Amino acid sequence: MSVPAQFEFFVDPNRCIGCQSCVAACSECDTHKGHSMIHLQYVQRPISVQTVPVVCMHCDSPTCAEVCPADAIKRTDDGVVQTARKPRCIACNNCVLACPFGVPKMEVEYSLMMKCDMCYDRTSVGSKPMCASVCPSGALYYGTRDEIERARPRSEPVNKFRFGNQIITTKVNMMVPRDSTMQHIDGQHIDVTAAMHEEPVNPSGMLENVFDEIG
Amino acid sequence: MTFGRVGEERIVALLWGVLFTAILGGLIVFGSRTLAHFDAALVGYTFATLFATFAITYRYSMWLQRPPTRTYWVRGWQLFFSRKYLARNIRNWFAWVISDFAMNRFIFRRDRKRGLAHALIMWGCILAFAITFPLVFGWIHFETVPGDLTTYRTYVFGFGTSSFPIHSMAAFLIFHGLVWSAFLVIGGVMLAMRRRMRDHGAAAVQRFGEDILPLVLLFAISVTGLLLTASNTWMKGYGYDFLALLHAVTVIFTLLWLPFGKFFHIFQRPAQLGVSFYKDVGALEGMARCRRCDTEYAPLIQINDLIDVERKLGYRYETDAPEIEHYQRICPACRRSMLALAQGDLWQATTQTTART
Repeated sequence: MSVPAQFEFFVDPNRCIGCQSCVAACSECDTHKGHSMIHLQYVQRPISVQTVPVVCMHCDSPTCAEVCPADAIKRTDDGVVQTARKPRCIACNNCVLACPFGVPKMEVEYSLMMKCDMCYDRTSVGSKPMCASVCPSGALYYGTRDEIERARPRSEPVNKFRFGNQIITTKVNMMVPRDSTMQHIDGQHIDVTAAMHEEPVNPSGMLENVFDEIG
Repeated sequence: MTFGRVGEERIVALLWGVLFTAILGGLIVFGSRTLAHFDAALVGYTFATLFATFAITYRYSMWLQRPPTRTYWVRGWQLFFSRKYLARNIRNWFAWVISDFAMNRFIFRRDRKRGLAHALIMWGCILAFAITFPLVFGWIHFETVPGDLTTYRTYVFGFGTSSFPIHSMAAFLIFHGLVWSAFLVIGGVMLAMRRRMRDHGAAAVQRFGEDILPLVLLFAISVTGLLLTASNTWMKGYGYDFLALLHAVTVIFTLLWLPFGKFFHIFQRPAQLGVSFYKDVGALEGMARCRRCDTEYAPLIQINDLIDVERKLGYRYETDAPEIEHYQRICPACRRSMLALAQGDLWQATTQTTART
């Protein structure tokens, strides 16, 4: 069983309304029952209600797996970076600290790293991941590229991110404005490091984009 | 002549494998008093064990030469033997060995049935190994006491030790040790197999070679072993030769499989101890502060080691901004926020552009 190639995951933090549906749904997934693997992160809580749902981006060359001393993290042929294999994980925390997206979670009680595996029990048989199936605002979307391009004509998916001098390519896409020429995008890379000193601003302006796209 | 990095790693691993195999071979010859007490019928087991020793050492050495494993290996020992923390480390060593290894507490916390399955299989295998290997290598053998045919004496490395009556309860328990271990293993395998057949999450990610085959092998060893006892005890030795051969095949196949599949975690797991010292002492030595939010998020020694490991692996997370220096200096929570901010900024700029035009 593997994830069908035509289905892709698209994340648009701009659309997140912080409803926590994804968090609740994630814990229903059979591969990590009772444990939500999504980080619903408040970007800067004292000054803003902006939130971001962070799922595993499933890197082509996963830093978490490379720095694992126990060789416990495997990437399957369909590009999904699986959660740590239970017999091998030695709970060193390297993966948690190395992931440029801040995704893996260390379950100290279990001496085990757990992370989003794109609901492998579901996606490997053609179903949608739990989070994407319940997200009411489309911040998390799972479908074909044609579907997302039809539904969001002003957006385009990007799957390359720059962290320092390192560019990471991922299986999961992030939606950015089509033909964006702004400071954080360098060719087709989103420069995450450049947001070091940014703060959330004008949330209403961002929502206008979503409403425009919805029509 | 150059071999390249991978070539050199293989040569190092090969040499370690040969060395450990030679040491075990020497111990077999020495412990059986130059093979005087070696049971020739068990020669297949011996050679399978020697091969397993070579392959396990080879794989372990290759594993240790990976940059992250190497770092933890060296740091773990350095921090364990550091004078400042040695007493604390020795105390912790006993606590963690009992809690994590003997009692499998962290596995029970993951799932009680899983913990029970693992504990049954683990203790069954430990008991079986403790009985089988010394017998196969000729390190332990039993002889009747001269002049008294009803008493056995145990010889360890050729030296006589305690004696016990042949028809005593102690003798019954000792000579059926493998039966008890088989019962433990079968119970554990049944629980584990039940989980693998019913748990959708396990079914989605399990692989036959990695997850099912080890259980099948353990079950086959235990059942064929019990059949030997049944044949001997109740069936007047019916089919004993065939059963002995079948049992040998299952055991030898498992020994040959030890280095390759899931069983290798037996040799990897002790690394958890080293990691525990690393994290414990590392936190005492000082924490790293996030360059963005200024909160403590990990032992500084681990962050510095991780940066070193990532460089060795070819990652270039260094930044041109001196206030960040390296992306590892940013805490995971800030990394998540920065991802949203970078994307949000793109949309923000779009709004401003649209407003201007």
